[in-house]
Amino acid sequence: MAEKNEKEILQDLTGEEYKYGFTTDIETELIEKGLSEEVVRLISEKKGEPEWMTERRLEAYRYWLTLEHPTWAHLDIPEIDFQDIIYYAAPKPKKQLGSMDEVDPELKRTFDKLGIPLEEQMALAGVAVDAVMDSVSVKTTFRETLKEKGIIFCSISEAIKEHPELVKKYLGSVVPYKDNFYAALNAAVFSDGSFCYIPKGVRCPMELSTYFRINAAGTGQFERTLIVADEGAYVSYLEGCTAPQRDENQLHAAVVEIVVERDAEVKYSTVQNWYPGDKEGKGGIYNFVTKRGLCRENGRLSWTQVETGSAITWKYPSCVLLGDNSVGEFYSVAMTNNFQQADTGTKMIHIGKNTRSRIVSKGISAGKSQNAYRGLVRVNPGAENARNYSQCDSLLIGDQCGAHTFPVVDCRNRTAILEHEATTSKISDDQLFYCNQRGLTTEDAVGLIVNGYAREVLAKLPMEFAVEAQKLLALQLEGSVG
Amino acid sequence: MLKVKNLHATVDGKEILRGINLEVKAGEVHAIMGPNGSGKSTLASVLAGNEKFTVTEGEVEFEGQNLLESSIEDRARMGLFLGFQYPVEIPGVTMANFMKIAVNEQRKFRGEKLLTAAEFLKLMREKAKVVELDTKLTSRAVNEGFSGGEKKKNEIFQMAMLDPKLAILDETDSGLDIDALRIVATGVTKLHTDKNATVVITHYQRLLDYIVPDYVHVLYKGRIIYTGDKSLALKLEKEGYDWLINDYKE
Repeated sequence: MAEKNEKEILQDLTGEEYKYGFTTDIETELIEKGLSEEVVRLISEKKGEPEWMTERRLEAYRYWLTLEHPTWAHLDIPEIDFQDIIYYAAPKPKKQLGSMDEVDPELKRTFDKLGIPLEEQMALAGVAVDAVMDSVSVKTTFRETLKEKGIIFCSISEAIKEHPELVKKYLGSVVPYKDNFYAALNAAVFSDGSFCYIPKGVRCPMELSTYFRINAAGTGQFERTLIVADEGAYVSYLEGCTAPQRDENQLHAAVVEIVVERDAEVKYSTVQNWYPGDKEGKGGIYNFVTKRGLCRENGRLSWTQVETGSAITWKYPSCVLLGDNSVGEFYSVAMTNNFQQADTGTKMIHIGKNTRSRIVSKGISAGKSQNAYRGLVRVNPGAENARNYSQCDSLLIGDQCGAHTFPVVDCRNRTAILEHEATTSKISDDQLFYCNQRGLTTEDAVGLIVNGYAREVLAKLPMEFAVEAQKLLALQLEGSVG
Repeated sequence: MLKVKNLHATVDGKEILRGINLEVKAGEVHAIMGPNGSGKSTLASVLAGNEKFTVTEGEVEFEGQNLLESSIEDRARMGLFLGFQYPVEIPGVTMANFMKIAVNEQRKFRGEKLLTAAEFLKLMREKAKVVELDTKLTSRAVNEGFSGGEKKKNEIFQMAMLDPKLAILDETDSGLDIDALRIVATGVTKLHTDKNATVVITHYQRLLDYIVPDYVHVLYKGRIIYTGDKSLALKLEKEGYDWLINDYKE
């Protein structure tokens, strides 16, 4: 099915640029630039949070003040002035809305334009959406349907107020604020994101998804997402993101935590399409993300990511395989073009016995971009019979880009079996000539070859997202072939 | 259909084709033979538009159009097909998908209606029979893990799908066992009509037992030095090229 559309998709693309670069003209409530204890308190107050949450934020903030910006990544990051960022921005409705569920028409139009209808009857079949613009969640669909099964799907802001016991128990349990620089910053100033809780033994009947949109200029977005699959539960979760085209850089520093209880399974898919900057490397989002999941006994966590956007991407969705027989998977396609930079990969931490992990990473570099894979496979002394398979491929397009791999294996148990395969390839002139000779233009041929290369990973995505991802890959390559 | 006049071409500054003259009319089969390194594959590549080679002199007319001014893909869409000596692998792209794009590109170029998925599948099943190609191969990645014989059958399958006006088959018989050779060669013969033309590049007379040529050309040092009928191939098989090329040795 995916193939049937491939050509049509490629055809749509000719002459198209980043099509999500528009700005919504809506009044926005902004706080002053800069970061201080007062600002942290103000954010907490704006969100109407209880005292314990404010305290948690302040604790993280004080810790963050002691940290220095890390420099270990294979990235060239211009110095970020954290006092020059607006930490809270909320779209202000034009008129008094009739009910809590009503959404400002302007916002609705924005999400329609992004292909994310907020009316349930118009939504994609079987996908519930939490739409987040700047610092707040605009609307979460299908909440009632999900509630019947005991599933909680709402914004994290609401969860703090309505389900404090769950939030207290799980928030920061997988990614504590002391984890790293951006985790501390996020814990202090996080704005919105999604919360979902799947109760024991429940299989979530639809895909849950969050769509992140940055709109206001000069702001940072600090997404916080928490997913909990209780014993024997199952959920598939999708994340998408876009931002307007601007000359200055904007920061998106997210933390995503996933708790996979005993016998539970979580699939987490991302199609990351933040504004990547223009052809000269001006503008674009800095996407500095900490994503980690913890698996208990027989738990299974699968990360799938297609990273095409952002000026700089810095993220390592990881699995802590704590319980015996738990399984972690990471499937990634990271594509960079023009002056984009990406340093991405995963960590698989084997703690329980018979834990298994699988890593398939496909990097694609074009233009003058730099693309790095960084991975850690750690087998702790107690992880008897741990198994890992890693495959790490790089594809280069043109002769001015770079691909780098930094795989680390730290094995402390003799029974472990670890495999690592890696390839680096270029699209050959012979492949292009062969395609041309069958009537394909070079641009179409490159799109086709790249999609073929990424196929193993794209096949892991839910259908609607797979089509979207194929489009993105072809679109991002525009102008990369001479 | 095809008129080649005084064609010269170089690769990395070295002249490989040194004045080729060739005319192919609809309904004809031409065989091009010649010792290794005489420029046979180069001629096929240059006609298809491979940018590795530079045309330095001469003219090529295809269906009344100046072929040398067209892009590689437009030449293909106009109905020029090259059967590759070494078909290329494209991992992750299924044969079916690849062919669907190719067929529809051609139809679009000619202003014809695009095929629906159902029409396409029907066409594919029909054409796979021409070379007894296992239809399972069409759901595998292009040439990936194909045996030598499968790759060559796959080239003729693509030819059947695209129904070209002029097919240039570059050593389609190399690396084939006797059965595969028969299947591939019979496939080519089945596709031949009085409206299209075939140019086969080969080293061996046995292919020409199936694909009977109207003309046999001997290419040597970038020029066609001798043209005969099908009996020439038999003579070459027996006596080699020496009697022909002695006069041209430097």
